[in-house]
Amino acid sequence: MESNEQKYAVILDDVKKTFDGKEFVLKGVDLKIPRGSLTSIIGFSGTGKSVVLKHMLGLYRPTSGRVLVLDKELTTLDDDALTAFRCNYGVLFQSAALFDDLTVLENVCFPLEEHRRQLTKAQIEAIALEKLKMVGLDPKHNHKLPSQISGGMQKRTGLARALALDPEILIYDEPTTGLDPILTEMVDNLILETHRARPGTTSIMVSHDLNAAFGIADFVVMLDAGKVLLSGTAEDFYKSDLELVRRFVDKGIKH
Amino acid sequence: MSQVHVIVQKISDKFDLVVNPIISAIKGFVQEVGYIALFAGQSVRLLFAKPNRYGEIIKHMEFIGNQSVGIITLTSIFTGLALSFQVYLGFKLVNATDLVGPTVALGISRELGPVLTGLIVSARAGGAMAARLGTMRVNEQMDALDVMGINTKQYLIAPRIIAAVICMPLLTALFDFMAMFGSWFLCTKLVGLDHAVFMSKISNTVEIRHINEGLFKAAIFGFMFAVICCYKGFNTTGGAKGVGEATNGGVVVSMVSIIILDYFIMNLIRIYYLIAGIA
Repeated sequence: MESNEQKYAVILDDVKKTFDGKEFVLKGVDLKIPRGSLTSIIGFSGTGKSVVLKHMLGLYRPTSGRVLVLDKELTTLDDDALTAFRCNYGVLFQSAALFDDLTVLENVCFPLEEHRRQLTKAQIEAIALEKLKMVGLDPKHNHKLPSQISGGMQKRTGLARALALDPEILIYDEPTTGLDPILTEMVDNLILETHRARPGTTSIMVSHDLNAAFGIADFVVMLDAGKVLLSGTAEDFYKSDLELVRRFVDKGIKH
Repeated sequence: MSQVHVIVQKISDKFDLVVNPIISAIKGFVQEVGYIALFAGQSVRLLFAKPNRYGEIIKHMEFIGNQSVGIITLTSIFTGLALSFQVYLGFKLVNATDLVGPTVALGISRELGPVLTGLIVSARAGGAMAARLGTMRVNEQMDALDVMGINTKQYLIAPRIIAAVICMPLLTALFDFMAMFGSWFLCTKLVGLDHAVFMSKISNTVEIRHINEGLFKAAIFGFMFAVICCYKGFNTTGGAKGVGEATNGGVVVSMVSIIILDYFIMNLIRIYYLIAGIA
């Protein structure tokens, strides 16, 4: 029988974080992200979204509290175990973070070359090409450098690289920040299509884009001042009487 | 009494004004050295960790070593020419021009070869290392490596350190050879010293240990500039400005460290010779 913890891909239990020993950036975050869901984390700038994300990735260790990801308590893992555990993640960064000296195809091959050493070069390339096809990147760009392709194509490549190892958790770190509305819509659709195409994969999106958060996410978590202000479905947010939530919802969504 | 108290207070304030910045500068320096030592220790631990990074090591050797051959060749020839001419002018005054060759050879192989090679390579390759790593840091490429489950120090730092340690003695050997070629050219072709005397004096004076001294120093300089420049690049913050500062900091600290460390290594080698009973 599935335990309560097994229902969730990520659990943050009263996570507090301070960098200087005085001011707490996270003041006791309690958060549960169901397995297989597409969850969006929203909030004003400086509310701790990126810090929460880095705790989920094990890049930060909490000052107090527990971080459980796929039933593993990250706080108990040493650096080497944590590095190995990160193969369970695929991350699409805001800037796509492609390696600028590698071609599009080489970027997608890279994690496979590192973690699937038993595969031949041809097998690795075949998987990479499949992932690039999945995100809809025209094969004629495969041998170009990241600087030679557009921002949208870079996002697609970044997503293909994130998908390369078939991760259990896909994380999108502000995927549409700074993009034009058309590109934003394209990336939102890409996230939704990718999530639907991979049942069982937990997708977590940190975003300012409320249309995406309420439009495509199953659950939304709003952070404020280092704590979870509200978590629930889009409907819960529309119905909420909390002033900050109202301000955020009213100003952020273009009907 | 209260006037004395006021004077004491004023002196104390002035003292604080002067001493506090010095104390905090020393504290900052010691802290930075500590962080660099820690960084070096972590990186050394990963030098031979699995998976092997032979491809990366060769790539960095090509960059640090192969791409430095031109600049080292050019600078070393002119160093040999200039140094020999100055030594020639000095020794001519005391009719000892026969000693130009061995003097230059000892100076080049033990001091100028490793030091100048260290300075040139740290400026060229060290600066590029700091800039590259700094750019990777601010562009989230290092975060990408982290979340892909790749040990960034093992992948990015350790191969660069190994490559620098291997390449620096090779480049120093090249520097020594080309500088002596410059010296030979000046002495025998431009100022008319005898080729046979020039060569025999060198072979009678310079021993293999003198050359090895320089090569040993070069390996240490390679390790040092690679660690310092990688540390600066690895810990870059603050966008393009931060990358510039990391590059500048890496190169300046490396160059100053090479010159200071050269003096201490020289003395350590002397002490070793004394203990070992080598003249």
